[in-house]
Amino acid sequence: MPVLGADMDEGTLLEWLIKPGDEVHKGDVIAVVDTAKSAIEVESFHTGIVERLVIPAGETVPVGTVLAVIRESVPVAAGAAPGPRARPAGGPAAAAPPAPPVTAVAETAARAAPPATPLVRHEAAELGVDLTLVHGTGRGGAITRHDVEQAAAGPRRRRVSPLARRLAAELGVDLDAVTGTGADGAVRAEDVRQAAPAAPPAQATGQPAAPVPEAPRPAAPGKARPAGTSRRPEKAAAMRQAIARLMARSKREIPHYYVSNTVDMGPALDWLRERNRSAEMSARMVPAALLLKAAALAAREVPELNGYWTEEHFVPAPGVHLGVAVSMRGGGLITPAIHDAADLPAAELMGRLRDLVNRARAGRVRGSELTDATITVTNLGDQGVESVTGVIYPPQVALVGFGKITERPWAVRGLLGVRPVIATTLAADHRATDGYTGARFLNVLADLLQRPEEL
Amino acid sequence: MTLEQASQTIKSVLGEIAPDADCDALPADADIRDALELDSLDFLNFVEMLSQRSGQRIDEDDYPRLGTLASGSEFLAGG
Repeated sequence: MPVLGADMDEGTLLEWLIKPGDEVHKGDVIAVVDTAKSAIEVESFHTGIVERLVIPAGETVPVGTVLAVIRESVPVAAGAAPGPRARPAGGPAAAAPPAPPVTAVAETAARAAPPATPLVRHEAAELGVDLTLVHGTGRGGAITRHDVEQAAAGPRRRRVSPLARRLAAELGVDLDAVTGTGADGAVRAEDVRQAAPAAPPAQATGQPAAPVPEAPRPAAPGKARPAGTSRRPEKAAAMRQAIARLMARSKREIPHYYVSNTVDMGPALDWLRERNRSAEMSARMVPAALLLKAAALAAREVPELNGYWTEEHFVPAPGVHLGVAVSMRGGGLITPAIHDAADLPAAELMGRLRDLVNRARAGRVRGSELTDATITVTNLGDQGVESVTGVIYPPQVALVGFGKITERPWAVRGLLGVRPVIATTLAADHRATDGYTGARFLNVLADLLQRPEEL
Repeated sequence: MTLEQASQTIKSVLGEIAPDADCDALPADADIRDALELDSLDFLNFVEMLSQRSGQRIDEDDYPRLGTLASGSEFLAGG
């Protein structure tokens, strides 16, 4: 179970996207994990053949637990019985990064070889049951004959979409009793809704014309609900607690300093308007894309603010992975990163931003996107505030804030005009840099925004 | 497109962008972005989907007319 954010200490395996025998490549999405913040797609850290899945879907395990074993070399076809006999440590590489190595190994041992008597093992071998996939109900999680028989008799493991799984838990639907209509009998959210006991009328009849979005519908359709209470209340509470821990740690450990500036957005907005007029609708850009690109370039130009504070010193990051604060409907936020944002043309960055925000809100961000940010941007301008001074995400050392673009009287060379302006702020870690560096960053940012065509 | 069809189109698009909002209860003169807490990307999605469903191009200069259900319906209905 990889660490998908500084504030994560356990995760629930929602869904496996691989099975034993599959070939996986580094970076492939292999599983979906639910954390306090959102469902996250976990990527493989290795290339190889999936030997076995250690943790079954639905289980919550601490960070560092081995989830699956991927053999990096060509698999040895030595007829090794699957599961308990395979040595977890050693040759095969674990799918999870070796976060805390010692506990990971200990966990591996405990997980990989579920206690089972020789008789049970024999029976499992006879029936072709993979013991690592059996949930033991005996003492200390031991697998009993009954467990094996059940596993053998039970339906083959089916694919269940994460949303369907969550819905089932929410609505109290037994997934085993649901008929899957997806590919290979995969259970989809719609199947769960159909199977829900006493489904509220809105769910049964639906809105005929409009395609129903893949999001849980309110339980009481008649009642107006504020935007974004789709997630379970306990889910929202968990996210709140995760944010609370991280932000408290930030304010406890990081001596923040703040600088701010006001920037004329006239040139940037004029350029955008011209560009959007001739562009296809789908290629239209919003000012946020230019702001993010400018912030990424400024971070590259002032590398002292782009990286991590670890073990009493600053470690600069080789690339600029721009964390973007995305507010979730119904409260809370996550800050996934746009990788190598400084190298992307503004138009492409715009596409990536849209994709990222859509996926973040749908609960489909990738693990690497949640852990790789080297500097973060928060843009509260859309919510109508003039400026925002942020709290740094440890172990990053800086956070850029953009406010709302507003028209203001603006003096240029002794003449007063009305210009669209924006407040830019920087919160930075005083252990890593001084106010002078922060000021340089904001000045570079302001200059970049005067030359939008170069962004 | 009639005024009523235009209004239904807007509501249905908004229902997809903000699945939990009760769009039927949205007052005709309420600021859509404020009422549904749409950010600029949400609004862009909104405009794009409206354009697809109504078959008409919507320029940035038209955005102010999509501010409320009432003015947006008039705009889409060709008013």
